[in-house]
Amino acid sequence: MIWQFDIIILIFLVITAVISLRVRDLLSASMIFGVYSFLICLLWAEMGAVDVAFTEAAVGAGVSAVFLIATVFNTNRRSSD
Amino acid sequence: MREFFESYIVPYFNFWVYVILMMIGMFAMITKNNLIKKLIGMSIFQTAIILFYVSLGVKDGATIPIYFHEHKEESHAEGTSEDAHHKEEESSHESVGPGILTDAERKQAHLEAGDHTPHGEAAGHAVNPDEFTNPLPHVLMLTAIVVGVATLGVALAVCQLIYREFGTLEESEILTQIKQSNHG
Repeated sequence: MIWQFDIIILIFLVITAVISLRVRDLLSASMIFGVYSFLICLLWAEMGAVDVAFTEAAVGAGVSAVFLIATVFNTNRRSSD
Repeated sequence: MREFFESYIVPYFNFWVYVILMMIGMFAMITKNNLIKKLIGMSIFQTAIILFYVSLGVKDGATIPIYFHEHKEESHAEGTSEDAHHKEEESSHESVGPGILTDAERKQAHLEAGDHTPHGEAAGHAVNPDEFTNPLPHVLMLTAIVVGVATLGVALAVCQLIYREFGTLEESEILTQIKQSNHG
């Protein structure tokens, strides 16, 4: 574990989590949630959990971002909060 | 203040961020009005818990839990002087991990290298677990990631059904429509 890298990624993680919940456009929220997933994937590669990292990159960042965007396109893009 | 920061915040920074992320996710699940926002909060909650478990497996100075066969092949192919040199290099790093050898081979290698550390004598297995991060939480969390994506997919499908039924994804509007249909 490289602690400088660790702290920087964790701070960005909290920032992206807050932004993806704050934006009112659901498509941007989905994209920023994809950024969050890739950041946490990077964090796991850095903490030595490579198997978790590539599962997260494929399944978490890829598939769940695609699911979210597909749902946003099939429903409403606006959010009240 | 500085002492508190150095002894409680910095060494356990992963756990602090785990708590913060979990509370962010829980706050979103409770207070957000839009159903997709609630689901994003749920995913953040899940990844926070996975972060906690993966942080438990981290050790200082440990490497990725993948075992390489190089040690064994080298010790068989090369001469004993090379082998002893190799062992010396390893013991200077305080990492007694000569690979999978039989007990007799290992004892001989230690004698040749002049290595009399108690670890070399007492270790019953050839691979030193201090060299590797703990892979057990990783394996458990692989399942958790896949289950999390499955729940997210089902929940988003239910969201699409709700949108077809009510024409909105806002929780308050859905509740008022349900109340009206109950009264009417």
